[in-house]
Amino acid sequence: MNNLSSRQIVVGIIFLFVALVYSLRLFYVQVINNEYKLNSDNNVLREITQYPARGLIYDRNGDLLVYNEAAYDLMVVPKLVLEMDTNSFCNLLEISQTEFVSKFKKARSYSRYKPSVFIKEISSISYASIQEQLFQYPGFFVQTRTLRKYPKNNAAHILGYIGEVNPATIEKNAYYRSGDYIGKSGLEYAYEDILRGRRGVKRVLVDVHNREKGSYKEGATDTIAITGKTIFTTLDIQLQEYGEKLMVNKKGSIVAIDPNTGEILALVSAPSYNPNLLVGRSVKKNYPLLANDDLNPLFNRATMASYPPGSIFKTVQALIGMQDGVINENSGFPCIKSLVGCHNHPTATSVSSSIKMSCNPYYYSVFRKIIQQGKHKSFFKDSEVGLHQWSNQVKKFGFGQQLATDIPNIKSGFIPDVKFYNKWYGEGRWAFSTIYSLSIGQGEIGIVPLQMANLAAILANRGYYYVPHFIKRIDDTEHIPKEFTTKNNVGINKKYFIPIIEGMEKVVGEAGGTARRAKIENIIVCGKTGTAQNPHGEDHSIFIAFAPKDNPKIAIAVYVENAGFGGTWAAPIASLMMESYLTDSIKDKEKENRILNANLLNVIPKK
Amino acid sequence: MRNQRNIFANVDWPSILLYLALIFIGWINIYAAVFNEEHYSIFDISERYGKQLMWIGLAFILIIIILLFEGHFFTSFAIPIYISILFLLIGVLLFGAEIKGARSWFKIGSFALQPSEFAKFATGLALAKYLSSLNIKMQDLKTKIIVTIIIGIPALLILLQGDAGSTLVYASFVFVLYREGLSGNVLLIGVYAAILFVLSLLLRINTFSFFNVDIEGDILLMIVLGLIAAFAMYITKSMKKTWFVIIISLVLSIGLVFSVNHIFESILEPHQSKRINVLLGIESDPHGAGYNVNQSLIAIGSGGFSGKGFLDGTQTKFNFVPEQSTDFIFCTIGEEWGFLGSFILIVIYISLFLRLLYLAEKQRSTFSRIYGYSVASILFFHFLINIGMTIGLAPVIGIPLPFISYGGSSLWSFTILLFIFIKLDAERMNVLR
Ligand SMILES: [Zn+2]
Repeated sequence: MNNLSSRQIVVGIIFLFVALVYSLRLFYVQVINNEYKLNSDNNVLREITQYPARGLIYDRNGDLLVYNEAAYDLMVVPKLVLEMDTNSFCNLLEISQTEFVSKFKKARSYSRYKPSVFIKEISSISYASIQEQLFQYPGFFVQTRTLRKYPKNNAAHILGYIGEVNPATIEKNAYYRSGDYIGKSGLEYAYEDILRGRRGVKRVLVDVHNREKGSYKEGATDTIAITGKTIFTTLDIQLQEYGEKLMVNKKGSIVAIDPNTGEILALVSAPSYNPNLLVGRSVKKNYPLLANDDLNPLFNRATMASYPPGSIFKTVQALIGMQDGVINENSGFPCIKSLVGCHNHPTATSVSSSIKMSCNPYYYSVFRKIIQQGKHKSFFKDSEVGLHQWSNQVKKFGFGQQLATDIPNIKSGFIPDVKFYNKWYGEGRWAFSTIYSLSIGQGEIGIVPLQMANLAAILANRGYYYVPHFIKRIDDTEHIPKEFTTKNNVGINKKYFIPIIEGMEKVVGEAGGTARRAKIENIIVCGKTGTAQNPHGEDHSIFIAFAPKDNPKIAIAVYVENAGFGGTWAAPIASLMMESYLTDSIKDKEKENRILNANLLNVIPKK
Repeated sequence: MRNQRNIFANVDWPSILLYLALIFIGWINIYAAVFNEEHYSIFDISERYGKQLMWIGLAFILIIIILLFEGHFFTSFAIPIYISILFLLIGVLLFGAEIKGARSWFKIGSFALQPSEFAKFATGLALAKYLSSLNIKMQDLKTKIIVTIIIGIPALLILLQGDAGSTLVYASFVFVLYREGLSGNVLLIGVYAAILFVLSLLLRINTFSFFNVDIEGDILLMIVLGLIAAFAMYITKSMKKTWFVIIISLVLSIGLVFSVNHIFESILEPHQSKRINVLLGIESDPHGAGYNVNQSLIAIGSGGFSGKGFLDGTQTKFNFVPEQSTDFIFCTIGEEWGFLGSFILIVIYISLFLRLLYLAEKQRSTFSRIYGYSVASILFFHFLINIGMTIGLAPVIGIPLPFISYGGSSLWSFTILLFIFIKLDAERMNVLR
């Protein structure tokens, strides 16, 4: 083994050899070579971030919705600041001496060596004069970046806003650095990766007089900023603007979809806000105001508020009843008001007339037949089997699940199932009689307005839908995600839609229908009203519709909170939207003015 | 008697003094690296130098605890310690927190612990335990296989965490194996494997074009390896026996390239492999490839012969150098203390390494000798890679400079690593009795 211990010499020599090589290398780098030394007059390298312009956003007709405006941040590196004429500096910047001192202190307490923002968003006019004189003030320099601007003042909930990236995101995603902007909500959030582009870095040598001495290594280490891609949305901004106008002084939402493609034409949540309020340094002032507003304008009701659907849900019940074979289009049920309340109307003798007159006891009976199909001896067990089948079928309509659309924070609503009632009442302790309110879209059921509009699209298409979405095109070349071009069948035979649509046509077009106010001249509108009971006050007014009856071009859902009967407010709003979209004009000015002038924010609560 | 013994009896004071010198140099340079005139209190634990001071204090407590153990505790518990660390490494893969792309941290509140740091000494112990058992001959194939497994498992687990730098450290055990009788060629093979590992990382993302045929970088590497093997076979055509060796090494080499590629493609999350790529300077991080090394060289070069003076560095302060208190701490030393300071640091390190080799050779027990070699080799390897990268002689691989870089996990693990050996050495005479 003695020969092995001589190997210690080999290992020792290797160690010494590396130490020698490193020492020589250090001697070369530090003493002999001058390439790595910056000039003795203390030149420093400055990194200037090249912020890419964020991608533009357009509507379906090429109207610009979001663009960028240049803004200039005055930066400071406290350690580099020399004695200077603060008086003229303050005059130049139009700030007071005390402001200067407090801003400087703040920057210094952040870091003496790292640049921090001294004044945010200097206007381009003052930027020109500041830039000229800045060489007198070492330690200060200007950083260019861009702000989002919204020429239309609309669609705030859809477009979303951008803001400074938070530390958690920086930790997770290597791209972002402190001070970067990132999409915080809406399409800005959903398409962040596409819109943001790629930042670049320019490195320049700066001398003690704050003068740029040229680029570092002839720009070999610089990277160019890449502009974000342009997005074309499915929105029709004129329709969106009109919808927001109609919903002024109302609480609720409008969602309009092109049923042929699932493209969202308009998505209004009222009250709304001007997107320009949440831009740049005004965010600080405006965000708390909006967040603390009692009417909650930041809340996107169209995608986040889960409501009972009321009578519009009868269309779904009738379809399931026919598909299950427990009723047919000619089934009639008496209007027995002791089962569930109703208004006075002739007896519904068919599915279509039941839709037209929206008879509650009729749907009590339909739903009982769906739930209790007699497949099991026990009442309770039978209801379980029936409900299980029913809730599975209902979910195929996109209810009770998030519609995977392309803006964040979509709520799924709620469709009660066997598991839910077993937990709620206990297994074997509930039956049809416990859950009958579901028959008319009341009770535990919750649906968001986007899903209601999707229901209108399903009815318009006679049995299928495309996931509603906002993206139409990215730049000129890219295709939209596949999930938006995939047909979703709801599992109901096309023929069962005929009596439903016949009924919906009568709702609007025939005497005794519940939504005569939704009529549009020369266009056949098919619709269904809903009036949802609300324990907290006046009923919610609901209407879904599509038009024209053949080859529908638009499907819509309108939900107005605490406004009362569906035919009174929601129906005319929907018809104005459809008329505006289909004909680019409004014939019935009186109808329009009635809506525009209505203030439904302070309706006296029903007792 | 036992209770009254002095825990510092027979300890090797030269090693301890070198250790203390390094700890001190580390701390004042962390102070310099994050120095900020507003926060001048050296005890401010919200700043890194304050935290490091706290960790140094805890390291001293660890030293006392280690010295309180009987030396044979480490001999007896080498395998259990090794196995528990393996479980921790698996645990961190499953439940660990991700920091900057590597899933190698356990987070308890604001406190993060990195098990992979502690796997080094555990592997050293396990290796020493196995090789010191009776009738083990390094020349045997079985021994080689078991040794490969002992070293390979933690290395692989750490690679799966996305920490290629720490994985590479396990190559340092070739020095130990060489000393214990592995053929001298193995040293070369070890170097070869490390180069191949780095090359396949570097080449796998490139595509090369020859006569309009596109070849992926890693495929190209495999082809080149094949050509070299064919050439070697041609030369040795008169000695067909060597062909077997050549073919085996070709298969193993290609296997290594392939598995590196596979781990990157299929096992690591995109951001984990991205981190490794950025560390190697392959992927353009926000700063661009090669930028870090350039900045580091400027910082060190600007120090000149005698340095700019304590706290007077500018390059390292204006954040031009990345990770300046951890992986690039040597830049601060180079800038503020110049060639003189850097050279002294190298002398201190090399003195410690040689002292450890000398002590290891003096050991009567094989276990202690092997462990001593492991300590010296691991420390040396960190020194080799870390300083090499800051002066542009080694690829940019983020591993800490022992006893100097900021960070509790690494400081403690190096302290444990070293002081277990100091304890074993202190009881050297006991083995005789
Ligand atoms: Zn009725």
